Amino acid sequence: MFKNVAELIQLAESKGEKISEIMIQQEADVKQVSREEIFSQMERNLAVMEKAVEDGLKGVKSHSGLTGGDAVLIQDYMRDHEPLSGNLLMDAVSKAVATNEVNAAMGTICATPTAGSAGCVPGTLFAVKNKLNPTREQMVRYLFTLGAFGFVVANNASISGAAGGCQAEVGSAAGMASAAIVEMAGGTPAQSAEAMAITLKNMLGLICDPVAGLVEVPCVKRNAMGATNAIVSADMALAGVTSRIPCDEVIDAMYKVGQRMPTAFRETAQGGLAATPTGKQLEAKVYGMPLEKE
Amino acid sequence: MKYRSVFDIIGPVMIGPSSSHTAGAARIGRAARHLFGREPHYANIHLYGSFKETYKGHGTDVAIVGGLLDYDTDDTRMSKSLDTAREKGIKVQFFEEAAQTDHPNTARIKIGDEQDELELVGISIGGGKAEITELNGFELKLSGSHPAILLIHNDRYGAIASATTILASNEINIGRMEVSRKGEGEQALMVIEVDQNIDDSVLSELERADHITQVAKISD
Repeated sequence: MFKNVAELIQLAESKGEKISEIMIQQEADVKQVSREEIFSQMERNLAVMEKAVEDGLKGVKSHSGLTGGDAVLIQDYMRDHEPLSGNLLMDAVSKAVATNEVNAAMGTICATPTAGSAGCVPGTLFAVKNKLNPTREQMVRYLFTLGAFGFVVANNASISGAAGGCQAEVGSAAGMASAAIVEMAGGTPAQSAEAMAITLKNMLGLICDPVAGLVEVPCVKRNAMGATNAIVSADMALAGVTSRIPCDEVIDAMYKVGQRMPTAFRETAQGGLAATPTGKQLEAKVYGMPLEKE
Repeated sequence: MKYRSVFDIIGPVMIGPSSSHTAGAARIGRAARHLFGREPHYANIHLYGSFKETYKGHGTDVAIVGGLLDYDTDDTRMSKSLDTAREKGIKVQFFEEAAQTDHPNTARIKIGDEQDELELVGISIGGGKAEITELNGFELKLSGSHPAILLIHNDRYGAIASATTILASNEINIGRMEVSRKGEGEQALMVIEVDQNIDDSVLSELERADHITQVAKISD
């Protein structure tokens, strides 16, 4: 079982295999079931992601009314205008937003690695899909590749906002997605690790400050930015840019930053955007309570 | 390693909005339900840390009760669980606890009926994964990555041997095992993590074994 990114890359390089393949083989060993069974289980997760994107692009609204409908706005904008940041980035943004809007509306999603960060992976995947035209198998492999990186983060740091802030959720999700984009675009295992490192570096210190404690504001838009960050970092890694700080050390730094984060910034809805005057007003409105509750 | 499967990272498929506050919470509730073995008549649910702060917005209350009703994380009946419990006559109460716990997402669940009561502490560690850290006053560590059997027994000669003999005769390999007791000769708990899923026939064999009073299985 690989314990860190360095071991994962070494395994892939020594066997001459893709990272997705290393993850599939490890999973088959751990679960003692066939490769086919593992693959079809992941295929079902892919179908859930695809459905959530579709549902979100039709327009959904959360019970609180705080989020919903932005994915549609972005798609309309792309149809009528040439986005400044390009079609692929905005497509990823809209699909990440779509997924998180469905999540906020208590729809069915696949946690990747968590529900609050469920948008980065499908957002990037279904946008990059239009550019790279992957087979269904390559799309499933995308999930195994990023699963391998997420596996390392979960075991050596954290993927929970309550434990490590949003850097552990959207940060990890974006990093994972970035590594998978590289593999799908034909990059090497080492380039996947560089992309993960570059993305996660740029998500360090991100606090978890959900307004009214709901997985809506700022979670939905942070997934949009996570998806963007993932695609840009993947391009940088494919261009040959490397991270001066190795991926495992970045993951460790993320963990240590999370540990030192005050509880107000770890999903308690007591700091950051949740503690702004408007954040407090929204909280009072959602729960129908007086503004000064203390 | 806390996480052993790629599906702990990519998954679970679940009803939103929060993997730790909804899916993980549902799994804690469901673990309590499975250990109790039947639908409880009452449930007192104590919430700590981030669970306490944000449970209403995240539907943590809804999810724990959904788990107690034996719903999986992606069961679409989840959002109506509080109503369903009420219709079934299950008395559910929530308590917001100020005490600091080791983990920010902690729930203490007491469920029972006329015959029996069960008390369990669960933590939601992220990405929908939950751990049970305490059962009926016994501290324990269940990774959730392997099927596990919990055996409540009396602290007597041969109790452990009879359990392990049954597992051996059914060719079930023990990966990890932990035994604790309240005091010499008193109630005790065996936690056995095994490599493969366990048939109900093995469980009923264990139930009949010497000095064993209660048997429950937890699968991932």
